Amino acid sequence: MKLSVLVNEGPYTHQASDSAYLFTKAALEKGHEIFRVFFYHDGVYNGTRLMVPPQDDRHIQKRWSELAEKHKLDLVVCIAAAQRRGLLDENEAKRQGKDANNIAPGFRISGLGQLIEAGIQAERLVAFGD
Amino acid sequence: MSLLHTINKSPFERNSFDSCVAHAKKGSSILLIEDGVYAATQGTAAARKLEGIMKDVKVYALQPDVNTRGMQSKMLDGVNLVDYGGFVDLVTQHNAVQAWL
Repeated sequence: MKLSVLVNEGPYTHQASDSAYLFTKAALEKGHEIFRVFFYHDGVYNGTRLMVPPQDDRHIQKRWSELAEKHKLDLVVCIAAAQRRGLLDENEAKRQGKDANNIAPGFRISGLGQLIEAGIQAERLVAFGD
Repeated sequence: MSLLHTINKSPFERNSFDSCVAHAKKGSSILLIEDGVYAATQGTAAARKLEGIMKDVKVYALQPDVNTRGMQSKMLDGVNLVDYGGFVDLVTQHNAVQAWL
């Protein structure tokens, strides 16, 4: 079945980001298709490649990026939520006159329309959040 | 139409559990995840509410989250434990998912 996932909470906050990842992984292992994972609100922080968690802790961003690479996942970060929180890709950094970008591999920045499309195209949309 | 409700916060912290129980219709299911699993703690008011709707609504709890909290032996009878694979199956078996965030 075609599924989409919405992540509304940042990493290392409560548990939503972990739940979303483990759900996504389990769905892929069962042979389902993940149409898109959409990161909204503080969820956009899942996609910063500058996070450096302690070595004995899970690396939430890397975990998403690796899952995306393995399964060709579409990880989309909401642009409005991202700009408010300082998450930029190369184009946005240039456009906003910033000296760096911090988006992680496998993530892309796009608009809220991508969430609507994820809800329409997938047979189920599963939300995780605070 | 069958709906899967997910609850991820403790009933002692938020009112999402109460809202969900008040809205869940016959034939729908409730899945307790994260701190939501505390709703199935034996002897609590929340567990009594669950008991009250169990004949119409199936109640599940995410086993890894129950275990992480050491609540295995305190779970209300009749609550079905599922792993993440079971969570995925519940999502596909219902027509839609409502997360009570």
